[in-house]
Amino acid sequence: MERRIVYMDYNATTPLHPLVRDAMTADMGVFANASSMHEAGRAAKARVDSARAEVAKLAGVPNPDELVFTSGGSESNNTVFATMFHVGRRGGRRKIVTTAIEHPCVVNAASWLREEGFPVVFLPVDASGRVDMEAAEREIDADTLLVSVMSANNEIGTIQDVPALCRMAKAKGALFHTDATQSAGKVPVEAAAWGVDYLTLSAHKIYGPKGVGALYVRKGAPIEPLIRGGHQEHGRRAGTYNNIGILGFGLAARLALEDLEGRAARVRVMRNRLRDGIVERVPDVRVNGHATEVLPNTLNVSFPGAEGEAILLYLDLEGVQVSTGSACASGSLEPSHVLLATGVGPELAHGSIRFSLGSLTSNEDVDYVLEVLPPIIKRLRRMSTVSVA
Amino acid sequence: MDAMQWLYSDIVLDHFKNPRNVFDPDEKFAYEAEGTVGNVKCGDQMMFMLKIDEGDVIRDVRWRTYGCASAIASTSMLSEVTKGLHIREAYNLRPEDIATRLGGLPDNKIHCSVLGDKALRAAIDAWLEKTGRAGLYRNEGATVICTCLNITDRDIETAVREGARNWEQLQERTKIGTVCGGCKVKGESLLHEYVHIFGEE
Repeated sequence: MERRIVYMDYNATTPLHPLVRDAMTADMGVFANASSMHEAGRAAKARVDSARAEVAKLAGVPNPDELVFTSGGSESNNTVFATMFHVGRRGGRRKIVTTAIEHPCVVNAASWLREEGFPVVFLPVDASGRVDMEAAEREIDADTLLVSVMSANNEIGTIQDVPALCRMAKAKGALFHTDATQSAGKVPVEAAAWGVDYLTLSAHKIYGPKGVGALYVRKGAPIEPLIRGGHQEHGRRAGTYNNIGILGFGLAARLALEDLEGRAARVRVMRNRLRDGIVERVPDVRVNGHATEVLPNTLNVSFPGAEGEAILLYLDLEGVQVSTGSACASGSLEPSHVLLATGVGPELAHGSIRFSLGSLTSNEDVDYVLEVLPPIIKRLRRMSTVSVA
Repeated sequence: MDAMQWLYSDIVLDHFKNPRNVFDPDEKFAYEAEGTVGNVKCGDQMMFMLKIDEGDVIRDVRWRTYGCASAIASTSMLSEVTKGLHIREAYNLRPEDIATRLGGLPDNKIHCSVLGDKALRAAIDAWLEKTGRAGLYRNEGATVICTCLNITDRDIETAVREGARNWEQLQERTKIGTVCGGCKVKGESLLHEYVHIFGEE
């Protein structure tokens, strides 16, 4: 089979949608400050506002003013945790309840609050990556300030029951945040219907530009700016509007929403074919994550006996671009905290590969991966100190 | 694909693509001594097998690993260098020499290249023990870490292999850093490294 480049790392980032790129390129000349009062400024502001309306629709937010543009998912998440710092130190509730499988920016922001003296609980998940609801029921209490649970996991794709968790939080009077960075554009996101107070989005995961994200802040929910300065975003986030980026985000959101079902159905078929093909052609593998409550594009597989970074780089030599939960690839000694939390042992976590598919993935790409992957695993297992049945 | 597009040097790439002297289960390689270090739970493990003649010269080697690209490439290079060496020379090979021959490794990947070196030494130690000369080269080629008490990296390694798992336990066994304490950073970093390589859990 002829060598080809197969990008299967869409959960890391996505290419710009061609229409988004065209629109952004065409608008490169729109330089005016969207906060300026003159005509050019008002024109720029109008573009920002229409983009805000598009992103609001994707997030299931009826009132676009409840959306704050940020520099991305990490900033949105950090804004929520920084807000909790300010709210918590004024007295009253202080407990933060989150999960063991959040994105590092949530894990680290929560750990920072713990260092600052806030009680922080990382809820356990089951083998499929779903939050332990009994533990949630037990931990979310009258002292809980914030519950933060990602809508879907970036590494294994497991989707959480956000509405149920949100109801649990509301019943105890706690605020609720969900990081929907990976869900948006792949599965429906309904901020208002779910009843959340905060919701995080990122443009570059939905074929928009890098460096732009959004935070939904329900009207009435506390918000403290992470970046202080001018009165942009109604004082919720200072800094000159990123016109072009926001414009690209808006269009990417519109395109994602228009074809949400179609995109999901298309990648789901290929993702499942890849999964079945791997299971059929490679002995002794473990598919990680939930069997059905999973992002349509995400497939995480452990290959016992083969180390993840070596698999990744052999695949890379064949033109296949994926990511791994191996410690060696991250430069640390600890493998994926997500896989460990699901009870996958370190031996398996070190040998895990995430395939994340997207709009440019073709059936030929899946065939190609199914062709080149089995010999790589076989080769690594033959040279391995770990014997696999 | 050229080296500029790859993470590591073109020599690393070559050894990763075509590892030399790698163990083949079908080959039935007969060897005199074997050494295994590392732990799969920690993400890497290495086994070195040596065919040694009566004159203590390494005639052939095989290795196998559960490890990353750097571990594969550096052990492949090490296996080439080792062939034909007297066990004493092989024992005193340094991971830095292998990294240099590979055209360098990123800092965070040096650890992975140390693994092959440790497995080779473990195999030679096994051979020495088998031939009634246990510990013969243990203190050769050592680097002094604690200058006050003349404690070397080999002493730290030995202490870890004998069970030390933290700084206090290392001090109990070696007295390292009990005078001026200036070696603590270096000593702890080596301790961490050796616990990773030799630690059971």
